[in-house]
Amino acid sequence: MALLEIENLVVEFATASGPFRAVDGVSLSVEQREVLAIVGESGSGKSVSMLAVMGLLPWTAKVTADRMVFAGTDLLKLSDAERRKMVGKDMAMIFQEPMASLNPCFTVGFQIEEVLRVHMGMDRTQRRARAIELLKQVGIPDPEQRLSSFPHQMSGGQCQRVMIAIAIACNPKLLIADEPTTALDVTIQKQILDLLMRLQAEHGMGLIMITHNMGVVAETADRVIVQYKGRKMEEADVLSLFERPKSNYTKALLSALPENATGDRLPTIADYVTEEAPAEGAVQ
Amino acid sequence: MADTTAIESISLDPSRRARLAEFWYYFSENRGAVIGLWIFVALVVIALLAPLIAPHLPYAQYRDATLLPPFWQDGGRAAFPLGTDAVGRDMLSRLLFGARYSLFIGVFVTTIALVGGIIIGVIAGYFGGWIDTVIMRVMDVILAFPSLLLALVLVAVLGPGLTNAMIAIALVLQPHFVRLTRAAVMSEKGREYVTAARVAGAGPLRLMFRTILPNCMAPLIVQATLSFSNAILDAAALGFLGMGAQPPTPEWGTMLAEAREFILRAWWVVTFPGLAILITVLAINLMGDGLRDALDPKLKRS
Amino acid sequence: MTEKVLEARNIVRDYHVGGGIFGKSRTLRAVKGVGFSVEKGKTLAIVGESGCGKSTLARIITLIDAPTEGELFIEGKKVDIARERLTPEMRQKVQIIFQNPYGSLNPRQKIGDVLGEPLLINTNKSAAERRDLAMNMLLKVGLEAKHFNRYPHMFSGGQRQRIAIARALMLNPSLLVLDEPVSALDLSVQAQVLNLLADLQDEFKLTYVFISHDLSVVKYISDDVMVMYYGEAVEYGSRDAVFSNPQHDYTKTLFAATPRADVASIKARLAKKAA
Repeated sequence: MALLEIENLVVEFATASGPFRAVDGVSLSVEQREVLAIVGESGSGKSVSMLAVMGLLPWTAKVTADRMVFAGTDLLKLSDAERRKMVGKDMAMIFQEPMASLNPCFTVGFQIEEVLRVHMGMDRTQRRARAIELLKQVGIPDPEQRLSSFPHQMSGGQCQRVMIAIAIACNPKLLIADEPTTALDVTIQKQILDLLMRLQAEHGMGLIMITHNMGVVAETADRVIVQYKGRKMEEADVLSLFERPKSNYTKALLSALPENATGDRLPTIADYVTEEAPAEGAVQ
Repeated sequence: MADTTAIESISLDPSRRARLAEFWYYFSENRGAVIGLWIFVALVVIALLAPLIAPHLPYAQYRDATLLPPFWQDGGRAAFPLGTDAVGRDMLSRLLFGARYSLFIGVFVTTIALVGGIIIGVIAGYFGGWIDTVIMRVMDVILAFPSLLLALVLVAVLGPGLTNAMIAIALVLQPHFVRLTRAAVMSEKGREYVTAARVAGAGPLRLMFRTILPNCMAPLIVQATLSFSNAILDAAALGFLGMGAQPPTPEWGTMLAEAREFILRAWWVVTFPGLAILITVLAINLMGDGLRDALDPKLKRS
Repeated sequence: MTEKVLEARNIVRDYHVGGGIFGKSRTLRAVKGVGFSVEKGKTLAIVGESGCGKSTLARIITLIDAPTEGELFIEGKKVDIARERLTPEMRQKVQIIFQNPYGSLNPRQKIGDVLGEPLLINTNKSAAERRDLAMNMLLKVGLEAKHFNRYPHMFSGGQRQRIAIARALMLNPSLLVLDEPVSALDLSVQAQVLNLLADLQDEFKLTYVFISHDLSVVKYISDDVMVMYYGEAVEYGSRDAVFSNPQHDYTKTLFAATPRADVASIKARLAKKAA
């Protein structure tokens, strides 16, 4: 049985100029121990669909789906309180801006222990021990000292490690990483990706990797979904996606990579997909 | 070789209208703000048309009709709908003419405070360093005084009168504009479009007033509306204390001061000017709230 | 012999940090004696991670900030903005394009005015001439005449970057400093902007200093590459030399960390995972 199953997800935002459809009929599933990458450019609805699963969208958003099942629980039938219990425990998320995702007013230790207190009900000594263990797991040196640091005393990479520690604190079944390395330098990106892959293997988590970077996809994913303007363009395992892309949009994305450049100029999306008919290359 | 017909056909600007529509969308979401706006518009109309709609002259004294109550009370006359004061002047006419004074005070004081505050604030924010330090310490000193007290002192130095009162109030309100402008300029100064303008060769004056300042206007407009009501309130207070407009000017605060001794015998001589001040200030503050919602992007909901 | 448009010798830049009322001020050396030169029509890429001093260097080359030490030559003429005022002619020779297309355009300025402003400040051309030149440039960077009177917020990131490029070219500069010009853009838009930059370089014989952290872009666009690490140039050479045979450890680390999106490395990874 799949860990997360979504069928025909639609997210609409009410804006000053009428409803805006950010996600338009996306279906996906993630197995246990699987790394699924969702690739797309800005405005493709890749983050919004995952925020919808987490129930983290603002009230202006209208979420509908035919099916949304996580680990045997129907997310559509959950009350807000029940969903809050699940989010952060069985299903955790990390974000793009590590500095902005941590509360600057509290120490790192406090923020890790807060999760443990809310979801696991541990007492003070247990929490502290677990927090140190978590920081060790995510590769932060001197974890005992670091517990009393504030986010601004750490680098971006370290903050992202702390975010990961908070996310895996309750041994989630599914981790959603929303552009986890976009704000980081290449060398730090490599470390964070390695860390995520190691933790995913060790804990046997499902991992959804949202990214716009084809390199990150190639380095991490088992299976890939390509999204464009709120729609799913293609779904394939990672090797066949790069070897034999089916949709025109995927072909365009791959050929726009500077490292794949053959001629003097790069081919652009417009050479493959016309603006008016973006769904032309849609499959499935 | 540029296609001139193309240029002409594009000179119509669609975005200004769209912006106005967006502004109105956010402004009109705030019910109180819309009510405030309508009251304010009504006040402006009253002030402009005061000579036409007032039943009497504001200075005309009817010796046979002193301290008459409003028309709905016993002894009231229909000729004086809101009664008369101690020397037989029509309350309604005086209130209608008073709207002129209040609005004039608001406009005058806000303009002086705004212009002065913007110039000083932009200089402080743009140059920074010791210039900034000196300016801001002076502003801190002004802010450290209770505003009415400082205005009183200034009027005492300059001599009582409406003009001096307005100058005093403008001086007292100015530091708020200075601080606001400085903060906005400092945050905008580091933005890349400012550097880009510098690379294009723009000098400091152009950078300060053409490039940076237009992007700092939203909070200033909001502060200006709030200062508008503050100015009216302070001017009324100074008038009440005998330091602002002098009798027989039909200024609302001065009217209150004149009516003080009749407060127990004739409630209407104090209540109506008081109400006029209250409604005006409330309407402008409500409008200011709406403006802040509409102009401050941080408060905008998606 | 080809003409050197830009030459920098031993550029050093110090920052003073702290030093409030009580704190003692410290000196931070952001750029530690960097030298390089670029020939006309060529592209020098400066690569490095955040905090390596590449943006500080960009501001020095663009004549926004003065270097603490060192000499800067533009088209063979020595420029020292700390000592003497920058002449308008010099100002026009170097222009910059920033990373964030959302921050680099004045939100209260119409596109036509954005493009006309450099001419208004530096030349005494009439309003009609300025408008014609701006319109030509707008069309040249791939935008349309109807965009002339719009405000920046009505454009996408890629379009804004085109506008920024157009503005930089209004004064016919010989050197263009590109500070991470495509790293805020989507992949497909990145390709379009890179193509535009290549077209413009061919047409106007422009010289580029291209600052980036993205090695794949650098490999695609540059002629020479300089790798910076903590304010020092640890590697400097032709593109082929640097990419085929990196000397410094940091350069090697950087190359190893760059994710690879080719089929062979995916196969290798999957094989390793299965094992």
